[in-house]
Amino acid sequence: MSQLIFERTVPFRRAVRFDVCDVPEVKLDEKYVRLSKARLPEVSEVDIVRHYMELSRYSFGVDNGFYPLGSCTMKYNPKLNEFTASLEGFTSIHPDQPLSSVTGTLELMDQLSLSLMEITGMDAFTLQPAAGAHGEFTGLLLIRAYHNAHNDNKRTKVIVPDSSHGTNPASASMAGYTVVSVPSNDQGGVDVNALKAVLNDEVAALMLTNPNTLGLFDSNICEIARLVHEVGGLVYYDGANLNAIMGTARPGDMGFDVVHLNLHKTFSTPHGGGGPGSGPVGVKSCLVPYLPQGTLIKEAYGYRYIDARDTLSIGRMRSYYGNFLVNVRAYTYILSLGSDGLKSASQNAVLNANYMMNALKDTFPVAYPQTCMHEFVISLAQLKKETGISAKDICKALLDYQMHPPTMYFPLIVHEALMIEPTETESKESMDYFIQVLKDLKQLAYDNPQKILNAPYTTPVKRVDDVQAARNPILKYTFK
Amino acid sequence: MADYLSNTPDQQIQMLKEIGLNSLEELYANLPQDLILQKPLNLELGQSEFKVYDTLKELASKNKVYKTVLRGAGVEYHYIPSVVKQLSNREEFVSAYTPYQSELSQGILQSIFEYQSSMCEITGMDVCNASVYDGATAAAEAIQMVIEKNRRKILVPKNIHPQVVSVMRTYTQWLNIEIVDVEYKNGVVDMDDLKSKCDDTCAALFIQHPNYFGLLEDVMDISQVVHSSGAKLVQYTNPMTLGYLKTPRANGVDIAIGEAQPLGIAMSYGGPYLGFMAASAELVRRLPGRIVGQTVDEVGKRAFALTLQAREQHIRREKASSSICSNQALMALTASMYLATVGPSGLKEVAEFSMRKAHYFASELVKIGFKLKYTGPYFHEFVTVSPLENTIMERVLDEINVLAGLSLSSHETLWCCTETTKKDDIDRVVSRLKEALV
Repeated sequence: MSQLIFERTVPFRRAVRFDVCDVPEVKLDEKYVRLSKARLPEVSEVDIVRHYMELSRYSFGVDNGFYPLGSCTMKYNPKLNEFTASLEGFTSIHPDQPLSSVTGTLELMDQLSLSLMEITGMDAFTLQPAAGAHGEFTGLLLIRAYHNAHNDNKRTKVIVPDSSHGTNPASASMAGYTVVSVPSNDQGGVDVNALKAVLNDEVAALMLTNPNTLGLFDSNICEIARLVHEVGGLVYYDGANLNAIMGTARPGDMGFDVVHLNLHKTFSTPHGGGGPGSGPVGVKSCLVPYLPQGTLIKEAYGYRYIDARDTLSIGRMRSYYGNFLVNVRAYTYILSLGSDGLKSASQNAVLNANYMMNALKDTFPVAYPQTCMHEFVISLAQLKKETGISAKDICKALLDYQMHPPTMYFPLIVHEALMIEPTETESKESMDYFIQVLKDLKQLAYDNPQKILNAPYTTPVKRVDDVQAARNPILKYTFK
Repeated sequence: MADYLSNTPDQQIQMLKEIGLNSLEELYANLPQDLILQKPLNLELGQSEFKVYDTLKELASKNKVYKTVLRGAGVEYHYIPSVVKQLSNREEFVSAYTPYQSELSQGILQSIFEYQSSMCEITGMDVCNASVYDGATAAAEAIQMVIEKNRRKILVPKNIHPQVVSVMRTYTQWLNIEIVDVEYKNGVVDMDDLKSKCDDTCAALFIQHPNYFGLLEDVMDISQVVHSSGAKLVQYTNPMTLGYLKTPRANGVDIAIGEAQPLGIAMSYGGPYLGFMAASAELVRRLPGRIVGQTVDEVGKRAFALTLQAREQHIRREKASSSICSNQALMALTASMYLATVGPSGLKEVAEFSMRKAHYFASELVKIGFKLKYTGPYFHEFVTVSPLENTIMERVLDEINVLAGLSLSSHETLWCCTETTKKDDIDRVVSRLKEALV
């Protein structure tokens, strides 16, 4: 593989040079000054370009190939969004500039909020949270503030399904709640009887995603929301799976009180190797008084941000107003697709998933074999039992085919799970190819399992030793 | 309309037939039918790229881009080298997911490892995570790193960025954690007040250095007081300044956190930014967020992987100390590229020049009747008490395309200079202000 940038150091090489400083020298007291220069890389501009070009060759994005990662919605990232997010009038603005100097930005944020309200059926939005999990934490604090304002302080519990994403219970803990897990029924939805058994006046909220993490629409959703409201709890929507239903259904109509969206999933903003994302939170009017400081609101005389004078606010969730340039990309996307395109995108996301599920159902058991939404889960438990080849092994074999494997081992309730989400931007040909490869690999698992166990063959490194990475952590470069 | 679909309507019909359906609407047959929207969303129809770009350009043009920016308070205008802008835009980085599949993602993983290494090097720390949302949430997350069963008090001086403290309070409002103010004297931490409040129920003292007013704190002295009561010292810092200033580690700090926007990231009206968290080795298991580690592959070749994942939400769920999943990975890559591009000498120059420009500006302002509010040593930011009211001053400078320092009160201003602040522009500003004073 490649050298680390530090290993390319040649003393006194540098890339960028600054002009000579045009103001006098200043001497600070020695006690404040760095003892020796930081051992940052000393490289030329050519070195830097070659280095990062090499690293880019050993990376794999949606732009490189098929990326059917269930629950991640790896749809195509439109290039137009990159251009709009690079406009100087958006990038070169200090967040503390007077509001009168940023009217374009305020208008954009307002229009984005209004669009998201319409798409989700909610009454107001905050664009502040930096990611989905951050949105979850924000939403739970809103719920807690609501109950607190109603002097309803024995509500210490939040219910999450056993199929939920790990961020749901983690965010609930951050808000000081105890997490109660509720099992799924044999259709993959929330077991309503089990839910009834845990619902009482100690429950602050139920967190759900719909379609759920199995890619199934829970048709009991309205009743579930009603049951929670009946005991005085609120219902939280994890918007990670919104890509299934835009333009066809809305969480606000299902009874959800608070919603977060993942702009880096549903709204095409790029994943960047792990971030930045953006997790706007939408609320029904009952939660509006508690929205975080740094949320843009429109009043009779103009815009302002919620601040310390808004005493019911949950407080500030982060600096400033949100991942603004990510929000610009999402707004660009919404304008590009429009009401018709957003609906068509979701419909085709669901079509593509059903197409693949139908093509694969005779090859691997589908965990819940009914019409799926935008993703579906197959189980390789039987394959493992009969050949010793696991879901992980199949994923490693897929790496040789220039495709990213599906999500593995999630949700936890399906054994040897592979969750497949093609998204709407994938072509029939690339899906057909993936299907064929999976079928071939299954055959290979029976004929010659060792060939799969030794995969991948063509990647820059062979199977990486995760155990050693955790046992003997080397977390930074050691200088000689 | 752009929908970025590849499949044509004909292909869609063919696919529908294969699964036994006649229309896209039928895909939703299992949903409760009263949830199905009967009308289109009340949004405009999709538009061409041409039209959308025009709309966005129009919005952007309504914003004022100042030629000279003298406002900082954590977000600064520094020069971003072209090579950083170019390479951080490579689609392989931009459109990639989190590198859970190590074999396919060695480039991303290595870039994160390099970022971690560079941040450890400039802070003097042993470990650094792969990023959190911003500096303010880094401070809030650091609280969980220091809390013990019998130490639930966090000391926070009043000269830390108010937004940072605000987020710390929001994050801890329902947890059994107390945030206690520490006073400042002449702009820096009041040692007497600190000593009176630092006891064995304190988990940590958080300081900002250089602090919100731009002043330099006596971190070594502070660290002695804090450690003698068994508490930890957390330093919130602008990593750009570490090109010149002593490392947090050398000052006895246990955890270094802050906002790394000054390292090659545009001001962006608030985000995306880059929260960094670096700590001494014994605190590694309490660090939130992703961490990349070095290991080997099956044949002994050096390789990188996400590691120590048992700290994180997807494994620990409700027992995780943080719910963070998506972070600011691309911004970390950008910062790492910036640090490699400026190198050790360049980072020193950026810091030193920023400091020199600020001192020059301050001395020129003093000559025309401004006063420095605090007398102690400062770095690249400083607070003045002005003979001119701030609203007037801002307007006067706005007219010459200059964004004045941040108004702290009617006559107090927090100014910031960087290596981009030209002497000519400083002179122009001072001369214009002198006119306005007459």
